[in-house]
Amino acid sequence: MTEPVKIVTRNFGVDRAWEIDVYESRGGYEGAKKALSMEPAKVVEEMKAANLRGRGGAGFSAGVKWGFLPRDNPKPRYLVVNGDEGEPGTFKDRALMQNDPHLLVEGIISACWATGAHTAYVYIRGELKLAWQRVEGAIAQAKAKGYLGKRPFGVDFPVEIHTHRGGGAYICGEETALLNSLEGKRGEPRLKPPFPAVVGAFGCPTVVNNVETIMNVPWIVLFGGEAFHALGVKGDGGTRMYGLSGRVKRPGLHELPVGTKLSTLVLEIGGGPLGNELKGVIPGGSSTPVLLPHEIDIPFTVDSLKAAGSMMGTGCAIVLDETVCAVRAASNLARFYWHESCGQCTPCREGTGWVHNILANLEAGSGKVEEVAVLLSAAKSIMGNTICPFGDGAAMPIVAFAQKFHDEFLRHATLKKCPYGGRFAA
Amino acid sequence: MAIWIDGRRHEADPERNILDVCLSRGLDLPYFCWHPALGSVGACRQCAVKVFKDDKDTRGRLAMACMTPAKDGTRLSIDDAEARELRRSVIEWLMLNHPHDCPVCDEGGECHLQDMTVMAGHLVRRTRFEKRTFRNQYLGPFVRHEMNRCIQCYRCVRFYADHAGGKDLGVFGAHDAVYFGRHADGVLESAFAGNLVEVCPTGVFTDRTLGRHYVRKWDLQTAPSVCVHCSLGCNTTPGERAGSLRRIRARYSGAVNGWFLCDRGRYGYEFVNSERRVRRPFVRGEAATSEVTPAALARAWSKGRVLGIGSPRASVESNYALAALVGPERFHQGTSAAQTALVATIIRILREGPARTPSLREVERCDAVLVLGEDVASTAPMLALALRQSVRRQPERAALELGIPGWQDGAVREVVGNRKGPLFIAASVANEARELDELATRTVRAAPEDVARLGFAVAHALDASAPEADGLFGRLPAQIAGALAGAERPLVVSGTGAGSEAVIQAAASVAWAAGAGRGRAAELVYVVPECNSLGAALIGGRSLAEAFAAMERGEVTGAIILENDLYRRAPEADVDAFLDRAGHVVVIDHLAHDTASRASTLLPAATFAESSGTFVNNEGRAQRFFQVFDPDSTDIRPSWRWIAALDGATDRWPNLDELQAALARELPIFGEIAAAGVPAEYRVRGARIPRALHRQSGRTAITANRELHEPRPPEDPDSPFAFSMEGAPRVPLARLAPEVWAPGWNSCQALNRFSAEIGGALLGGDPGVRLLEPIEGAPPAYFSPPRVDSLPEPPPDSLLVVALHHVFGSEELSALAPGVAELAPKPYVALGEEEALERGVSEREEVDLSIDGGPILTLPVRIRPGLPRGAVGLPAGPVRFVPAGSRARISKR
Amino acid sequence: MTWTPSAAGQKRIDEIIARYPSKMAACLPALRLAQEEIGHVSKEAIDWVSRRLELPRAHVQGVVSFYTLYHQKPVGKHVVQVCRTLSCALVGGERILDHCQKKLGIRPGETTPDGKITLETAECLASCGSGPVLTVDDEFVENLTIESIDALLDRLRSEP
Repeated sequence: MTEPVKIVTRNFGVDRAWEIDVYESRGGYEGAKKALSMEPAKVVEEMKAANLRGRGGAGFSAGVKWGFLPRDNPKPRYLVVNGDEGEPGTFKDRALMQNDPHLLVEGIISACWATGAHTAYVYIRGELKLAWQRVEGAIAQAKAKGYLGKRPFGVDFPVEIHTHRGGGAYICGEETALLNSLEGKRGEPRLKPPFPAVVGAFGCPTVVNNVETIMNVPWIVLFGGEAFHALGVKGDGGTRMYGLSGRVKRPGLHELPVGTKLSTLVLEIGGGPLGNELKGVIPGGSSTPVLLPHEIDIPFTVDSLKAAGSMMGTGCAIVLDETVCAVRAASNLARFYWHESCGQCTPCREGTGWVHNILANLEAGSGKVEEVAVLLSAAKSIMGNTICPFGDGAAMPIVAFAQKFHDEFLRHATLKKCPYGGRFAA
Repeated sequence: MAIWIDGRRHEADPERNILDVCLSRGLDLPYFCWHPALGSVGACRQCAVKVFKDDKDTRGRLAMACMTPAKDGTRLSIDDAEARELRRSVIEWLMLNHPHDCPVCDEGGECHLQDMTVMAGHLVRRTRFEKRTFRNQYLGPFVRHEMNRCIQCYRCVRFYADHAGGKDLGVFGAHDAVYFGRHADGVLESAFAGNLVEVCPTGVFTDRTLGRHYVRKWDLQTAPSVCVHCSLGCNTTPGERAGSLRRIRARYSGAVNGWFLCDRGRYGYEFVNSERRVRRPFVRGEAATSEVTPAALARAWSKGRVLGIGSPRASVESNYALAALVGPERFHQGTSAAQTALVATIIRILREGPARTPSLREVERCDAVLVLGEDVASTAPMLALALRQSVRRQPERAALELGIPGWQDGAVREVVGNRKGPLFIAASVANEARELDELATRTVRAAPEDVARLGFAVAHALDASAPEADGLFGRLPAQIAGALAGAERPLVVSGTGAGSEAVIQAAASVAWAAGAGRGRAAELVYVVPECNSLGAALIGGRSLAEAFAAMERGEVTGAIILENDLYRRAPEADVDAFLDRAGHVVVIDHLAHDTASRASTLLPAATFAESSGTFVNNEGRAQRFFQVFDPDSTDIRPSWRWIAALDGATDRWPNLDELQAALARELPIFGEIAAAGVPAEYRVRGARIPRALHRQSGRTAITANRELHEPRPPEDPDSPFAFSMEGAPRVPLARLAPEVWAPGWNSCQALNRFSAEIGGALLGGDPGVRLLEPIEGAPPAYFSPPRVDSLPEPPPDSLLVVALHHVFGSEELSALAPGVAELAPKPYVALGEEEALERGVSEREEVDLSIDGGPILTLPVRIRPGLPRGAVGLPAGPVRFVPAGSRARISKR
Repeated sequence: MTWTPSAAGQKRIDEIIARYPSKMAACLPALRLAQEEIGHVSKEAIDWVSRRLELPRAHVQGVVSFYTLYHQKPVGKHVVQVCRTLSCALVGGERILDHCQKKLGIRPGETTPDGKITLETAECLASCGSGPVLTVDDEFVENLTIESIDALLDRLRSEP
């Protein structure tokens, strides 16, 4: 077996990898140099061939997204990098920005060239100070070297990168809310269409990509889209960051080829549940419907997760063992979504609060049996009916918990208390 | 082009969205966040429908009607079970936190949320949690705040901030605790805040003035009316109960004000209930009876020796009646010589020149604007609101080019961003309001003569054959000319506010010169001082100065003064002298004022709400206002009826129609005036139109405040309306509906049923008839710019008096409404920073002021940046007569 | 009272404004800057942002109240934010928060009487693999135990 390919974590564990000299000594900025010697359209083509599915959660093909930029719009174009990591259970972008900020800068330069953007904004979640410092440092070093500015690598193609720190709002991870936040507004998502590719930041055509997505670009430029595609599965190329947290023996991050099985990740790499038994896995961040132990023996890819009734999401799984009360877990997530709803559209603004009230009540022992049905109906009617995907993200996990652990939910109502003692273990 | 709704074919306009189409086709589809003037944002999710790909698609998908364009062949279902369920769910969500306080809520009975709750079929409450609560804010004398009722539709901020440019209302917080209010308690700054009452779909923002004398909405008597508080003639719906006017609502007009009103227009109405109302006749200060007075008076009159003084705030009919009574030779317009001349110039320009005056709604469609010398935000607030929309026209074309329809408000605003179309403001130093400055491509402030010269320079830049003016403003005239010439629909705005004939002439020159390149003159709006300034001036008559002179020469011995306080129009000494000399003075007015107190006979006139008549607005549009209620005092009658009685010939004009017919015969310009209303014989299905929407417990309800018996309802000889609570039938002419209402639609949103096309003309046509039309292609004889050396050298140490207009306080009638009075400034004297520094006076310090050597006024100083050296500003209204253009001296005390 | 930032802050805001095609875009960074200098986003700070960026105060206030990182009231010398979201909760986060409350004698959103520590809860801090986690003044402290939290809070409280 050959050494597994590391793309975005190749500098993990390397001393001072965030310094430009260390980064360059390990082949850094070669991808950007190569990109700028190619036709921009060729870079886009390679991206399309790579079948790099967006690493932010929605899993849309990055190359296709780039291709949406209108050709004849005279306005400036922007590249916006989404580093507003906040999906519960997800902790990869923070690590990537902290450990290898130059790879991000290099990816941005390449992406700017391909998309014709001269300005890029890296929107970094407000809480992630170290990540922000590292990215700022990398920008300053790249600028000092002339990799950024008027003539990166001697090519007459000015590129500026600015960081923009968030203010603390999960919803800003949604691309249009992020754009509003970037523009200095409340982070309320916009209606699509128009898509950011047509009307994005400051009313101009804009590409919004996740941090990890952008960090794959130099490798794709260097080794080709086909090679990247070949690392993963058909239609979902490359390696990706997988994470494990919750009730698992070995939590942490792993860069693995796309297509690695979810069961392999949880049971082998993660060492299995902390407790005696696996109760379920929330596969790709809290918005993705929970899978039962018998459902996890599937490739961890965008399409196969979808087929299993869940979602790839961010690829960071939360493991539940037998000590975990499903109602309490659902209630914890419901509180999160209620708190983070932007308040713009009715189903999400009112529905998340209602769902949380019912769940908290149930967990506290004052719920009624018939309210489990109300809960399901309330959550289901949010789905598909909101301006942005937040509503789905808030409702899907609740519906999945309430359906897959239906008896446990009912038992809370009939017992008039939480059978798990109203606490998480630990 | 057609779309299919629940299997039925409906004509549809592809420029519109499905919600708009459904509503305009009379279909019930609930909504909250959409508003025809504000467009779609798709936030409330209430207007869900099922949309199908084609006739084979049976599954369809749920879509928000307000966000879905009405493409040809679109198939949709309102009735689809899933769509109905989602709409029900949305109400259920909204009701999670909405208080069940309908019985004590001011909005009750005309609440859009109530209507939608019933329409969407939410019946059973499935939740049992505590509702979230908020703290309310004090928002000033006009609007009351009750945040717990909020359903977070965002319409308030979208109107207040996005549409009207208000800065102090925002949205705070997040999730289900989103809060709409000010950053802190305080009076809402926007002069359009009152619209929140109608924009809000429920009772978060309610009318505080109505709240003080609250009645149920279904108990109100209403009739179509016209605002009396500026010259724009916005349409209103006053509501009365038990002899007092309770509120004013905006009355939609597709040609004038659209959906909105300014706060002066909405809240000025309380003057009708004022303590200062004249409610019975007085002879030499003693109360008299209406039976005796006119007959006795008529005998006492020696007609040839009486002059008549009309009024720009009285109806066309009353002015005409007075002119007919005293004869044209002895009829005077009741305005100062200067103002009479300004309005006459405007009429000449509009009648004889090629520039057309657009309606207010058309102003919104103009795409390049020059404002010359008029403080529109203070003198005609709704025009400022229209100009605020006009600057969006050019930048929003970029959105259209991207295929984003104009109704998609969020996206259009993203594309437009901060970009604004050309708006140039040449402000007179007298401009008090600055709110339009933020929209302006460029604002300059200058003395009126310089503003005029700039205008003439622009005209010359547009058409070299127009006379040259000195190049005071560098490249600016060329820049303005370029913007106007390059526009699809250029507009010039000016008016009497600067008190300068030259400014008015310059504006005409610009509009005419714009025709040089494009073959058609630019559109031209003049603001005039009062609600019927144009109508009164079209009747003719001399100025007040000439009335004074005639009295001084002894040519007359008496005067009839119509709805006019002369002390607001001329120096006190002149008015005193005039009244002293007059042997007999008859004042017909609804308000007691100093002129009225000098009357030998004071006759109680009806206000706009108690009579019917016609006003001609600044556009030259004659509009009928209909009597809303029969005043408690039987002595109160329309001024023209008193005038007829004075004549001793009460049957000369038995009703308004006859009076109008006489007027039309005599003055051809009023030939079409009858078309502004309908004849009194007009009937709907053989019956008069009741002034109440819903059938009440018999007609006694109307007079229940006076007596328990059921008296015979008063006759209304002047209109087809009846004082009856029998309930209004559907009126074919929407402009005659006492109030908008449709089954299931009890709020003002029922309006959607009153026009064929939402945002378009009312069914059966918008009200009013235009009396002034331009002469196509008439060769303009350009005016000449004022010559610098023609100005006389000012006396040393004297200051030029300029009148400062305030939204609240400058207009006479509204200033009597308590809320308006609260926001009106106290009398002050304004000096520029330099002038104040030089004179060593500071803010609030009291100084003595004397105008043209007249009596000394002691007033506090207000330092007003922008007022140049050599000028002193006085607030028109709080200082009752401001002789703009006069010289004043001030001294420290 | 009008407030303006330090000279360094003024320079910084000028640089920040220059990064964007619209002044409004500098709203979040400007608020952060003001909070760094004052400790919270005071009314005066909002006034300054509104003046400097030519934004209505209602807009700035709307932004401040939307995001959780702006303190609308004064806070203690240190702000401790304990993650309460699922991944941390599953591995002891609830106990950590309880312990903090007990030890400090305050509830989330409150400040110790000596003004040293403000305790807050936070939603997922993107440190799920090393929970339970909290931040002290933007610095992450991971893999918390009762002992490590005791040591941390003691250190913060004993600092001069």
